[in-house]
Amino acid sequence: MSKITFVKHDGEELSYEADNGLSVMNIAVDNLVPGIDADCGGECNCATCHVYVDEKWWDKVGTTNSTEEAIMSLNPDRQTTSRLSCQIKMSDELDGLVINLPEFQY
Amino acid sequence: MSPIVIIGAGQAGGQAVASLRQQGYKEEIILIGDEPHLPYQRPFLSKQYLSGEHEEGRVFLRAEKFYNDHNITLRIGERVKSIDPNSRQITMENGELISYQDLILATGSRPRILNIPGSDLNGIFYLRTLDDVNNIKPTIQSGKKLVIIGGGYIGLEVASVAATAGMQVTVIETEDRILKRVTTPEMSAFYHQLHTDRGVSIVLNSGVSGFEGNDDLTHVICKDEKREADVAIVGIGIIPNIELAEAANIECDNGITTNDKCQTSSPHIYAAGDCSNHPNPIIGRRLRLESVPNAMDQAKIAASNIMGKEASYSAVPWFWSDQYEHKLQMVGYSADGNSQVLRGNKDKQHFSIFYLKDDHLVAVDAVNSAREFMVGRKFYGKKFDPIKLADEAIEVQDAVI
Ligand SMILES: Cc1cc2nc3c(=O)[nH]c(=O)nc-3n(C[C@H](O)[C@H](O)[C@H](O)COP(=O)(O)OP(=O)(O)OC[C@H]3O[C@@H](n4cnc5c(N)ncnc54)[C@H](O)[C@@H]3O)c2cc1C
Ligand code: FES
Repeated sequence: MSKITFVKHDGEELSYEADNGLSVMNIAVDNLVPGIDADCGGECNCATCHVYVDEKWWDKVGTTNSTEEAIMSLNPDRQTTSRLSCQIKMSDELDGLVINLPEFQY
Repeated sequence: MSPIVIIGAGQAGGQAVASLRQQGYKEEIILIGDEPHLPYQRPFLSKQYLSGEHEEGRVFLRAEKFYNDHNITLRIGERVKSIDPNSRQITMENGELISYQDLILATGSRPRILNIPGSDLNGIFYLRTLDDVNNIKPTIQSGKKLVIIGGGYIGLEVASVAATAGMQVTVIETEDRILKRVTTPEMSAFYHQLHTDRGVSIVLNSGVSGFEGNDDLTHVICKDEKREADVAIVGIGIIPNIELAEAANIECDNGITTNDKCQTSSPHIYAAGDCSNHPNPIIGRRLRLESVPNAMDQAKIAASNIMGKEASYSAVPWFWSDQYEHKLQMVGYSADGNSQVLRGNKDKQHFSIFYLKDDHLVAVDAVNSAREFMVGRKFYGKKFDPIKLADEAIEVQDAVI
């Protein structure tokens, strides 16, 4: 189990304990974290699971793959720490992970 | 107050309960589904779950804990027998009556059945449910002969998993090309080649008239010849589940007829997903779609309207299919176009076809080209410069006029 915190656009924090191996998207969906719809179930098709990784964690979450890159490339809200949350898997390394939520999904 | 009741615990039903809670609905919600499983995601069935890449846990929409935490009454493995819109009650198969405040029909669809001699032999399968795939999985064995009846997306996805697993795969298609109902000759040709390169044999202009065997299937009788088969998988389309609605005098016409708010002709009854026939203001006609994004979008719209937040359905249809290591993503209806532009390289299996109607974008088929797919979703209906579009040196979004 690792801890993960989602910070909503208005600053409210939602923290959960989650099993390693689940994606950040899975954790959000199981807990009804607002704004993560994940229409495609985690296969880089829908882009409705976009998040900003907290800067302190950016180096630990791994690299953006090429499909993910292409899917996010037209998003006007994209920032340097944007990721599709279905592509980040929880692990011991990520215990304490902080994820910031965008105001809108695109 | 009576609960909100949802019939059908699939993609749309599963999303509807989540949307209702997300939008602050506090009273009882009952989710009824006749399959003995939590709501799950069908796309994995013919792809990552069939191939063994994902284990069973990955296919569920949400973990069981979600339904407990959010106080959803799950009635899984139970079937609804009838609806009485006048008394606002449904009757379960066992005779139990349940009152509803609002009702969502998310009954989905079922496979079209081949009614020909030998259909009850062991070794003949349809692929719609998790249980179907659990029965199919042990038959995917290297060296065995698989005959797939129907060259649509599901059939071809199964072909790619089975061929990769070393099976001898034959696809039987009645039309003169695979995927004829859903895409253009160019895309059909690309997939035909892709499958033949992997050793799949595709038989066009054929058809199946019977199955042979003692208890177990041994042969499939096709129009052109009789073929040996250890396993047959039939994928010849689906039929929307509208019988409950029809029996309750709810208007149906190739699906349950809804308006842009997912409301049916009967007050307090909504329909979402594969079972609905709905107006699409962007495409400009009524549609009945068989896709996850449609099920999810409509579930959200139905939930919003139940919550009194007026919301209208308006979405460009999109879909995807994974075959071998290639990812196909599609937007819109290619048949709506009157010209097409190829971008990228077919031989390198990295290309997209843009379909234009008088230079306005009406569809995109993107093979391993996710950016082009996203452009299709974002700029649907916009005017494009075909010359720029064909030039990969120019960013695809810069081809919009
Ligand atoms: C193998 C396969 C692969 C697919 N791949 C893709 C893909 O890659 N991308 C994509 O977008 N779409 C794909 N689809 C289509 C997609 O899965 C469907 O469009 C989607 O599941 C529709 O959701 P739904 O909620 O309307 O119906 P369903 O998910 O079918 O759910 C309806 C449920 O209601 C139940 N039900 C019906 N009547 C009753 C009753 N009287 N009482 C109780 N329960 C009842 C049914 O048994 C079923 O469980 C695929 C489908 C299949 C079968
Ligand atoms: S869930 Fe669809 S892209 Fe992440």
